Amino acid sequence: MMVEDTHLIDLENCTKEFDGFEALKSVNLYIRKREFVTLLGPSGCGKTTTLRLIGGFEQPTSGRVLFEGTDITHLPPYRRHVNTVFQKYALFPHLNVFENVAFGLKIAKVSRQDIKRRVGAMLDMVGLCGYEKRDIEALSGGQQQRVAIARALVNEPEVLLLDEPLGALDQRLRKDMQLELKKMQQRLGITFIYVTHDQEEALTMSDTIVVMRDGRIHQIGTPKKIYDEPKNAFVADFIGESNILPGTMLRDRLVRFAGTEFVCVDSGFGTNEDVDVVLRPEDIDVTAVESGMLQGVVRSVLFKGVHYEMMVETGEHVFKVHSTDLTPEGARVGLVILPDGIHIMKKQDEGGMAV
Amino acid sequence: MVKTLKRLYLGLVLLFLYAPIVVLMVYSFNASETRAVWGGFSLKWYQALFMDSDILEALYVTVSVAALATLASTVMGTVAAIGIHSMKSWTRSLYMNITNLPMLMPDIVTGISLMILFIFVKLPRGYGTMLLAHITFDIPYVIFSVLPRLRRMNPNTYEAALDLGAKPFTALRKVLLPEIMPGVITGALLAFTMSLDDFVISYFTSVRTSNLSMLIYSMTRRKVPPTINALSTLMFVVVLSLLLFINLRGTSRKKKSLHSLRSGFQGREYPADTMIKEVPRS
Amino acid sequence: MKRSLFAAPYGVWMLLFTVVPIFLIFYYAFTWNGEFTLANFELFLAPEFIGILTFSLWMALLCTLICLLVGYPAALFLASRDFKRANIVVVLFVIPMWMNFLLRTYAWMTLLEDTGLINRFLEWVGIGRLKLMYTENAVLMGMVYNYLPFMIFPIYSVLHKSDGRLVEAAQDLGANGWLTFWKVTLPLSVPGVISGVTMVFMPAVTTFVIPRLLGGGTFMMFGDLIENQFLTVGDWNFGSALSLIMMALILISLGILNRVDPQGQAEGGGLW
Repeated sequence: MMVEDTHLIDLENCTKEFDGFEALKSVNLYIRKREFVTLLGPSGCGKTTTLRLIGGFEQPTSGRVLFEGTDITHLPPYRRHVNTVFQKYALFPHLNVFENVAFGLKIAKVSRQDIKRRVGAMLDMVGLCGYEKRDIEALSGGQQQRVAIARALVNEPEVLLLDEPLGALDQRLRKDMQLELKKMQQRLGITFIYVTHDQEEALTMSDTIVVMRDGRIHQIGTPKKIYDEPKNAFVADFIGESNILPGTMLRDRLVRFAGTEFVCVDSGFGTNEDVDVVLRPEDIDVTAVESGMLQGVVRSVLFKGVHYEMMVETGEHVFKVHSTDLTPEGARVGLVILPDGIHIMKKQDEGGMAV
Repeated sequence: MVKTLKRLYLGLVLLFLYAPIVVLMVYSFNASETRAVWGGFSLKWYQALFMDSDILEALYVTVSVAALATLASTVMGTVAAIGIHSMKSWTRSLYMNITNLPMLMPDIVTGISLMILFIFVKLPRGYGTMLLAHITFDIPYVIFSVLPRLRRMNPNTYEAALDLGAKPFTALRKVLLPEIMPGVITGALLAFTMSLDDFVISYFTSVRTSNLSMLIYSMTRRKVPPTINALSTLMFVVVLSLLLFINLRGTSRKKKSLHSLRSGFQGREYPADTMIKEVPRS
Repeated sequence: MKRSLFAAPYGVWMLLFTVVPIFLIFYYAFTWNGEFTLANFELFLAPEFIGILTFSLWMALLCTLICLLVGYPAALFLASRDFKRANIVVVLFVIPMWMNFLLRTYAWMTLLEDTGLINRFLEWVGIGRLKLMYTENAVLMGMVYNYLPFMIFPIYSVLHKSDGRLVEAAQDLGANGWLTFWKVTLPLSVPGVISGVTMVFMPAVTTFVIPRLLGGGTFMMFGDLIENQFLTVGDWNFGSALSLIMMALILISLGILNRVDPQGQAEGGGLW
């Protein structure tokens, strides 16, 4: 199912203040039909606030929220075609599984047979057939999660908002649920807006990732684009592991860092402009000392399952390097970095980012 | 060995706590009028009790004031707690301080201050003023029982109801209220027992109508009729069975009620002095 | 409708029935015939009134001390994990509190009176009758009896909730029984002791029923004095001043107690 080009939701210059604290600073964002959008960022970055503006639980201090072009900024949550899967689920503890899922339908005065049918179908979809009469508190975290999803989806919303829905699950279950959620979204053909601070989750599931920090959007793009071409050191650091070090752009396609000149693919910077250089650990190759562009000593080696993670010290810098070959601690090695493995970024004006 | 000593000690303390009550109960079956002699087993004081119009009147006053005060304070207190819970910091602490005030004030001062008020506005002190006073000292107990439930509640559950299409009032009734219900019930029970047992505040706020405590007080100042023993026994049995009933109510639900009964001293859910029954009323 | 408005009816109620009455007490305490004066407070400085205050404080202090000495071991034993049915024993301690307060006190009258059970027992063993009723000790006994559970429960509660592994950890680190008690259990129970002391001392210092019934009116305590001023003497101004002094006393002692246990009462965000 393809993402359609029409805007479903627009946030226009949305600013949100809480007691003088600016949680969102003039955010502009559009979300398309059938898109899986992830709002990604560290805690306090404004991602949940953004979600709550869309859900109708908060109103922006200034700015507008549009749904298919109509202003819904002040429309209460119960009038929006949007449903939410809350952090920690927020299931109704005094109701059983069936009653929880049926809640929205009962409010909408759907007939009893229809409620029964739709709730049954939904529980079937999330794999909780036969759990109708169970007490919420008798369910495992994963099962509660499924009830929460069923409770939202049974109302056939056009948009599903998910606020760190997998945060409380263990690693294994998270991975399974990620896949399942993605499949569900594709099958139902509706828009998912997903909030998480887990970059891996974002990369696996999304069509579009919105990276946020301190109430601002830092970058919007496909997972691949954000991973390969992070716009600044913060995004680079937050999305995947990286080595970030100061460098100087000598001219187009030539950069100097760690005391060495490297050919790169970036251009358009000023001559001798100070920049941040981002190197992904997997883009640094380990070779023999003689053939390396940089020389260093392996300080530590950790086995990470698929690869080894090494810390290689070269004079003044320590590089994090991923390699599938084991190099013993203390060995002298050479490091090779190919031009397309080097990402040049403008210096952060906000400061505090550069490593 | 150490265990036996511990048991012995606890047993002695329990003996100290129960001895007077047991003595009263035994005397209630004493046929003889004077306590000095045991005149054989008899139920005549129980009969006399139900003939005594003063006692029956006081009983009616006690129970009806407690019931009405509980109803009023539970409704007002629950609604107020919901309001206080959603307040911003400074209004909230203003309300909390005012709520704490009657709990900090000695009963005698609460009673006297209300007495002054009633005399000041020329309200004759009787059933009505007693009821007003009871509602006043009951509400904080309800608020302190409901607030922790509100605080413990996932704030998103209410929003989830809105999200699923419920209007605010529906969400309040269908989601919020059921969730805080245990706190509401605890609060109502606390309020009811506080009211049932109150002496000091009623003593100052009512002259024309007496509740049981006031009647007992006036009796002890004169000659005490043995019917009081019978009354004590009955009240004790009633309260005890009420307690057992509350405890047994819904043991299926993970014995929640026993917890709610004991939560008063099991945790600092509300200020410790609202513990199990009461701040000892002087 | 804004949610915070829900508290409005309650706010009005409390204004009428708590704030205004307190204001009235202040008004009467600081006036005489409608004019501002401090005379009501000066009157209190007379030795007889100061004497009543010190007597009340002394009795309350004794009562608190006895409750602590008797109650602490009881709480400790209740909380010790030695008993299988500790839950039921705890409920046994609760039940007497559900007896009407006046009846509880009256029960002691029947025990302590000249022909009461205790005296008859004493006669039987040959000691002979003693004057028990209408003595200071009878009043003290009544106070301890009524307030003892309020010492036991807060301490029990704190000890019961404390992590049993702490005691095990202390033992694991080589502390013997006494050392564990001194270094782990006792410090852990401090918040419980504080609220226990508060809950016993406060009502003990303000009571007027117990000295009336068991002291037979021969001992004036502070609560009696206040009650007397309003209901017998009819001097509202002096009575109000006394009420304020009592409240100040209580607030000060609460303040001192909270100094000892600053984090204990954080809950509720109120005056405490």
